[in-house]
Amino acid sequence: MKVELEADKCVASGQCVVAAMDVFDQDDEGIAILLEETPAPELLDDVREAVAVCPAAAIRLVER
Amino acid sequence: MTLNRIVVVGASAAGLAAAETLRREGYDGTLTLVGDEPLAPYDRPPLSKQLLSAEWEPERLTLRPAADLAALDLDLRLGVAATGLELADRTVRLADGSQVPYDGLIVATGVRPRRLPGEGAHVLRTLDDALTLRDQLGPGLRLVIVGAGFLGAEAAAVAWRLGAHVTLLEPAPVPLAHAVGTQVGELLTRAHVDRGVNLRCGVSVSEVTEDGVRLADGEIVEADEVLVAVGSRPNTEWLESSGLPLGDGVVCDEYCEAARNVYAAGDVARWYNPLFGTSMRIEHRTNAAEQGMAAARNLLRPEARKPFAPVPYFWSDQYDMRIQAYGYLRGHDEVAVVEGDLAERRFVAAYRTGDRVAGALSVGKPPKVIRQWRQAIAAAAVGEG
Repeated sequence: MKVELEADKCVASGQCVVAAMDVFDQDDEGIAILLEETPAPELLDDVREAVAVCPAAAIRLVER
Repeated sequence: MTLNRIVVVGASAAGLAAAETLRREGYDGTLTLVGDEPLAPYDRPPLSKQLLSAEWEPERLTLRPAADLAALDLDLRLGVAATGLELADRTVRLADGSQVPYDGLIVATGVRPRRLPGEGAHVLRTLDDALTLRDQLGPGLRLVIVGAGFLGAEAAAVAWRLGAHVTLLEPAPVPLAHAVGTQVGELLTRAHVDRGVNLRCGVSVSEVTEDGVRLADGEIVEADEVLVAVGSRPNTEWLESSGLPLGDGVVCDEYCEAARNVYAAGDVARWYNPLFGTSMRIEHRTNAAEQGMAAARNLLRPEARKPFAPVPYFWSDQYDMRIQAYGYLRGHDEVAVVEGDLAERRFVAAYRTGDRVAGALSVGKPPKVIRQWRQAIAAAAVGEG
């Protein structure tokens, strides 16, 4: 599974970091940064949580 | 009891999150998603921001690509409102006359704007509302906004940027003071005044007229367009004769359950948040998604259900300010600026309720700062609650 982040949609809420801190971080402006494009399987539930709670719908998890 | 037919009423952030969670957690029965708007689920926060300013077009608000939505294998009923609920028969009635049976129900019908007497005013809740207002915005437009809460303030900032002459009318002496405290409320307010927005506090509007609005003392404030942003009401009328407990929302326990196998989520849900030891109804985007997920999980796995105990989060964009807040600020006893400087509009304010940190609000600070406060709020509340 691959994570896609549309950074220009990001509203800097940081909810993705709260949900999956091993996969996401924020820059100084708060914009989300993708740390792991293809996270380990045990992190996928956290990523799904991040996808769901992102208030900007800026994150997708896609099959590859 | 085996669940074979689940109905989710409300096809916005909370309803979508619930539907997705049900499928992700392995539910493979019939899944009906009912939405009164004729549109696939879309995101509302940008309506008063990027959509209103025309930076974004409506396509960008779509919450899921069509293929993702199709993959959920939904019985999708869009453009049709729910009109009634029979708890005993476990049936939802829809406006098109159909009856949808369920074993499990999630109510996520949201809220709608409060209005004022009189015709012709805008409100801002749906995509249609936002596009209708946006069509009018532009240089020289005289816009009166009734209500200087977060929605009114965001709309004022956008309209000002587009060259409109904005008058902001607010009944309270200090806008947002009930939510964020007087000090912070005054600071946020100053952003309007600095830009020449005509902010009038302590005025109450009695009706919308052809020429603008009439104040309680009879004065007419003239306007080309009027936007009413004076809060919202939960969409619970369709449940009134159902027997479901209602009281400023659908009243739920800490699991978001309102009656056996009937859950509520999002703006419409009033539930007991054990983290803060109080019942609350939260109209924030992130809560809608989190609560939709929680309700879905609890419905699906009652034997392993968990209390829904989030730290609420919201943000607001006004002019050059990004406001972010964690926790439950309402009813706080004390506010203190704990980092930075109010005057510079770069600060974190912490909110105390009783003997614990209940919330934190930041403007113009790096995200890590406010995230630390989130942890403190979660820890304090758990420890004391």
